[in-house]
Amino acid sequence: MKIKAIEKIKGMEKGARRTYFAELLINNSLYIFLLAAIVFIQCLNPRFLSLPSIINIISLSAANLPMALGVAGAIILAGTDLSGGRVVGLVACVAAALLQSSGYAAKMFPNLDTLPVFAVFLIVIALGALVGFVNGYCTATFHLHPFIVTLSTQLIVYGGLLLFLMIGNNNGQSISGLDNGYISFIKGSVFSLGGTPIPNYVWYVIALTAILWVVWNKTAFGKNMFAIGSNAEAATVSGVNVKWITVAVFVLAGALYGVTGFIEAARIGSNSAATGLNYELDAIAACVIGGVSFVGGTGKIGGVVLGVLLLRLIFVGLNFLGVDANMQYIIKGLIILIACAIDMRKYLVRK
Amino acid sequence: MENISVKEQTPLLEMRDIEKSFPGVRALDRVTLVVKSHTVHALMGENGAGKSTLMKCLFGMYQRDAGKIFLEGEEVFFRSPREALEKGVAMVHQELNQALARNVMDNIWLGRYPTRFGITSEREMERKTREIFAELGLVIDPRRKMSQLSVAQRQMVEIAKAVSYHAKVIVLDEPTSSLADEEVAHLFRIVNTLRERGCGIIYISHKMEEILKICDEITVMRDGKNVETAPAAQMSLERIISLMVGRELGDRYPPKNTKIGDTVLEIRDISSRYSHLSAASLSLREGEIVGLAGLAGAGRSELLENLFGLAARSGGKLYLHGKEIRNHSPQNAIKNGFALLTEERRATGIFGILDITDNTTVSSLSNYRSGGFFLSERKRRRATDDMIGKLSVKTASRRTQIRTLSGGNQQKVILGRWLLTGPEILLLDEPTRGIDVGAKYEIYQLMQKLAESGKAILMVSSELPELLGVCHRIYVMSGGEITGEVDPATTTQEEIMHLATKNV
Repeated sequence: MKIKAIEKIKGMEKGARRTYFAELLINNSLYIFLLAAIVFIQCLNPRFLSLPSIINIISLSAANLPMALGVAGAIILAGTDLSGGRVVGLVACVAAALLQSSGYAAKMFPNLDTLPVFAVFLIVIALGALVGFVNGYCTATFHLHPFIVTLSTQLIVYGGLLLFLMIGNNNGQSISGLDNGYISFIKGSVFSLGGTPIPNYVWYVIALTAILWVVWNKTAFGKNMFAIGSNAEAATVSGVNVKWITVAVFVLAGALYGVTGFIEAARIGSNSAATGLNYELDAIAACVIGGVSFVGGTGKIGGVVLGVLLLRLIFVGLNFLGVDANMQYIIKGLIILIACAIDMRKYLVRK
Repeated sequence: MENISVKEQTPLLEMRDIEKSFPGVRALDRVTLVVKSHTVHALMGENGAGKSTLMKCLFGMYQRDAGKIFLEGEEVFFRSPREALEKGVAMVHQELNQALARNVMDNIWLGRYPTRFGITSEREMERKTREIFAELGLVIDPRRKMSQLSVAQRQMVEIAKAVSYHAKVIVLDEPTSSLADEEVAHLFRIVNTLRERGCGIIYISHKMEEILKICDEITVMRDGKNVETAPAAQMSLERIISLMVGRELGDRYPPKNTKIGDTVLEIRDISSRYSHLSAASLSLREGEIVGLAGLAGAGRSELLENLFGLAARSGGKLYLHGKEIRNHSPQNAIKNGFALLTEERRATGIFGILDITDNTTVSSLSNYRSGGFFLSERKRRRATDDMIGKLSVKTASRRTQIRTLSGGNQQKVILGRWLLTGPEILLLDEPTRGIDVGAKYEIYQLMQKLAESGKAILMVSSELPELLGVCHRIYVMSGGEITGEVDPATTTQEEIMHLATKNV
């Protein structure tokens, strides 16, 4: 295979060879950018690539990955989903409230016994899926753009979250004092690397990502999702049940936001209405950086993983460089813009 | 016919030794095209012969690698379509790129609105538009929204736009591919007007009869070279075809299958409020190819869509082998053994960015399950390779994106998609539209083979010769009704036209 490629290059004329290498560079720009960023930050701050730092980047990425994979489905359908961040907030607060330790003074539901962690997990996933169902159902039935639908539902979810935080004597305060079983299920570690513990949830997310890879690539549901994103009308004519696949994609997205929310609640420890704020934008940015096109019909699980990692790497790297927090926003914005522009070149060059 | 043009010394447009390569392909190899004023010049060739590339080089959409272009004897080099338009070269594209949400005159003056003291003047715009329309004999309200116009009218608007640029050279790329005969006649009147005004018109079309009717000169291209240029009067249909395909082609239509069996599908009084179908009844038999003739807007596509469950029905019944079926959704129709090849291949047929495998297997995914839930890549691959072989799809591999294939090969892939669902009844809407001669013949052959194997085919076509050459029976539609049934062996074009215009 490799030898073939070399022979192919040798056989080319000078101009053709140049375009070949230019295309190679553009097609792999993401990896090149990633590598350059790592080298640059590492030169300025050698602690950046220390084991604890790497594990920190991976853990933070893992928490956001389910959410990004969820919104990626909506983007592949040539849509989007803005409700993610607020669903994460709602799910995190509900999970936290249901799993406060029994002795905690400011318990939201004082009479509630400690529930099994897994039962609460199922409850909050269902909650996320419910929001996803509303998103998908409205999108598919009323033929509304999901941007509009999810713009509305994220407000509704946020309102619901604020009301939830007013229950009992809580009066809008953040929810903390979480049950130890919950904390150790998520943040505990059965495996350490060089003395740095790897939190358990990283393994859950890896398993989840593998499952989603199979769903995207090896099931009729996955194939139909890509078909609808590529050409919804042709999909209808081809006998794809566009309505219910759309609903299912959004339900899956909602459930995945639930997963991120469930992880975040335990990771943060003290959850308020601000939990999950703007997460959806980071998730969408990660997808786009990872090559999930807004045109619809294209995207790979690997790309999303890479996008999430890259974005997190930049965020952490900026901290390592000691960049002013206000400046960080500007740099983040620029990087997303540039990464997407380079990615778009891929398609433009071929035209 | 036009003696003046012969006498003129410098031709209107001269493209000399044009060369253009894309990575791995030599698209144009020293092509020369000379167009005189007062002339309609046909540019012919199979898909992929280089016609479009040549025109794009002319229009500034591509930059040529070598060669020269002269406009009225002066060398020109257009870097963009805009420059071409300003110098008087206009192109009416096959796929109309218009702002459908804007009105007619906005579309014509887009990017160069007439202004008065820096403010666009609607009145001026309307006056100028009406002037051009009057010249061309068009009856279209300049203030109508583009989306409310028929395809034919939209095409006329595009021509009017070319005229508004005072274009001397006008390229018409497959202008009649979606027009009914009536509309074609109107288009020809406009083309004649333009010719009289001294324009040179480059006319690209696959329809031979048309070319011989309207064109003065013909240039045939093959494999990126021009093979011959000659006055139309000296060319015959057979000669053009053999020049195009590079070999002698026998009959244009394969022999019809003769074994016709029992009635498979019975349609009774199908009506639909929104798509204006009223009481359409017909029957289909095993092994039979039945045609639906009519003008654009007669309700032929609507009938097919209705049968396939894509549009709501307000009345009527369907019987499959005597048993009533509903076909209320495409999924339901597919389950009942129906398949629909749509008219707009690009809009509703192909999944452009997906590969051939995905495009081929999308309607039959449940056949490739292994172990209940998961799809087997091996089974999908095998089915796809099988289809590529059986329908002789020309493609680099099954992983090629379908949008890179030619129209004929795309059509074969979609046909393959349907064959994998094991259909009993095939509904084909303009199955050979925009496909070159060689591929057309292959599609006809395939249809006859399918009929031979006992399938029933209902096909819509706007090309009467095609319907007469392929079908066993033809129903004619007009104004949403079936106005008659004819036998292709005995009918005449006049009889069909008479039935087709009954309710207009």
